[in-house]
Amino acid sequence: MSVLVFIDIADGQIKKASFEAACYGAQTAALLGTNAEAIVLGTCDADLAVLGQYGISKVHTVADPKLNHFDSQVYTKVIAEAAANADVIVFSNNTTGKAIAPRLSARLKAGLVTGAVALPDVSAGFVVKKSVFSGKAFANIGINSAKKIIALNPNAFNISKVEGTAEIAVFNTEIPASAVNVVSVNKVTGEVPLSEADIVVSGGRGLKGPENWGLVTDLAKLLGAATACSRPVADIHWRPHHEHVGQTGLAIAPNLYIAIGISGAIQHLAGVNRSKTIVVINKDPEAPFFKAADYGIVGDAFEVVPKIIDAVKKLKGMS
Amino acid sequence: MKILICISKTPDTTAKIAFTDNNTKFAADGVQWIINPYDEWYSLVRAIELKEADPSVVLHLVNVGGADSEPIIRKALALGGDEAIRVNADQSDSYFTATQIAQIAKEGSYDLIFTGKETIDYNGSSIGGMIAEILDLPFVSHAVKFDLAGQQSTIVREIDGGEETVQANLPLVVSCQKGMAEQRIPNMKGIMGARTKPLKVIEPATSEILTTVVAFDLPPAKAGVKLVSADNPEELVRLLSEEAKAI
Ligand SMILES: Cc1cc2nc3c(=O)[nH]c(=O)nc-3n(C[C@H](O)[C@H](O)[C@H](O)COP(=O)(O)OP(=O)(O)OC[C@H]3O[C@@H](n4cnc5c(N)ncnc54)[C@H](O)[C@@H]3O)c2cc1C
Repeated sequence: MSVLVFIDIADGQIKKASFEAACYGAQTAALLGTNAEAIVLGTCDADLAVLGQYGISKVHTVADPKLNHFDSQVYTKVIAEAAANADVIVFSNNTTGKAIAPRLSARLKAGLVTGAVALPDVSAGFVVKKSVFSGKAFANIGINSAKKIIALNPNAFNISKVEGTAEIAVFNTEIPASAVNVVSVNKVTGEVPLSEADIVVSGGRGLKGPENWGLVTDLAKLLGAATACSRPVADIHWRPHHEHVGQTGLAIAPNLYIAIGISGAIQHLAGVNRSKTIVVINKDPEAPFFKAADYGIVGDAFEVVPKIIDAVKKLKGMS
Repeated sequence: MKILICISKTPDTTAKIAFTDNNTKFAADGVQWIINPYDEWYSLVRAIELKEADPSVVLHLVNVGGADSEPIIRKALALGGDEAIRVNADQSDSYFTATQIAQIAKEGSYDLIFTGKETIDYNGSSIGGMIAEILDLPFVSHAVKFDLAGQQSTIVREIDGGEETVQANLPLVVSCQKGMAEQRIPNMKGIMGARTKPLKVIEPATSEILTTVVAFDLPPAKAGVKLVSADNPEELVRLLSEEAKAI
């Protein structure tokens, strides 16, 4: 075994970010002339053989209910054992991956690159490109150690499917006791998690107040998008703080980012400028956001957005 | 109780991002340096609040960095740290940095170690987890709320698409983010007092270096915005569908 991919499960399903990690791991394995395997911790009903379509040859499962609650210390011990023969270990750079990958790096003395955005360059050494300065630049990082760990940014790597079914193998190991007791889990269900969302509709102070957020949420719902906001909007509690994107919030890279009434301050751009297509709606033609945008409308959001909603409905044959 | 707070120096959030020496070094000329916002606003201020609630709490700051880190260390002392330790070394490889801090943590037998969730320059999110592993301590990442009752902490942490409440006994490593506390500005008394607070400089322990920066690059510039008239939002939707293939 040479590449091992950690697969993250949420609500019994394999996360989209983990499918990306699987494809990334499989293509890294191809570069190294080996194959990619995966590990899943905790009990789950998800069809794991499907990982074969993402290039994974074998899935190791540790279906112990003790692993259904996350503890980075316990997870690290189990993954370290499973990774005994792995040269490269791949995580998604999401909240789970960020909690485990550094621990595993220290445990195995395996050089770590978090926030990777491209396949490793193995032409001279082992160099991984990662996002730095909150998306304003990239760094190419050489990993010097024999074992290597990569945490792949969500939405940075295209999923491509192949034919195949992964073999499922039970990995037997003793699960150590956890020192962290999970008291409660509070998940917003039925909504697209912001970090994985394909489309994000985001609102700023230009929307004047939380009572006007219907513009953002209606458009988001129509597009199957997640919602986000600028920092002051979260600071004054118009929106929950987990929606705050930017340099001091979440950094995201959706396919489409629609910014409504956001000025485009450098700290805001830092978290969203990796988006593939950026649309800006702002009544001020001088708003800095237009410089970072692909498409823009100079106009009053209160007039423009309802018209956009109507046009999308028409496009989708809903009116 | 003793808390160790990790403080990192980062460029100001408005700093121009450019590179020199064949794209191998950040162009630091004219750049303003700040305490990494996650370290300052969330982890340090929350630690100060814990001390305000219980004056017997001792707050030690640790920075791995050169002498040019001292202004930001003094600022952290002005906000409310009691003492600081600077490990005189470049902050480059995360494992090297974590090894230095873990060494200090072990010698000082701290009850609690706070880091920011990441630095805003390297975006590594690595130091807290690495320290915890080296010391074989529990690690709770992405904390948005932290409370303490005796030896037991109750922490709310962010998870993908929600939050989770956990409990763990001290000692423990926690990485902090928005929600933990509110930004503060040092007052005159703090600034005066900070000048005489102890700032110990020590040389780094030997450690492996697992990663090295080969080169930086900047993303390609955008082609420029295509403006659509406010009277014709249908055209925007058409472009997004047919040209950008985004909806
Ligand atoms: C250290 C630091 C870190 C920061 N981190 C972040 C961060 O992570 N994320 C972040 O977002 N910010 C961050 N900021 C704050 C940032 O500098 C800006 O202040 C903030 O992004 C502005 O938010 P805004 O665009 O919603 O509000 P404003 O700057 O007030 O802009 C509102 C915009 O709405 C437009 N507008 C008003 N009315 C209408 C209307 N009817 N129709 C259409 N448009 C309208 C206006 O023209 C204006 O451009 C940070 C700042 C600092 C100093």
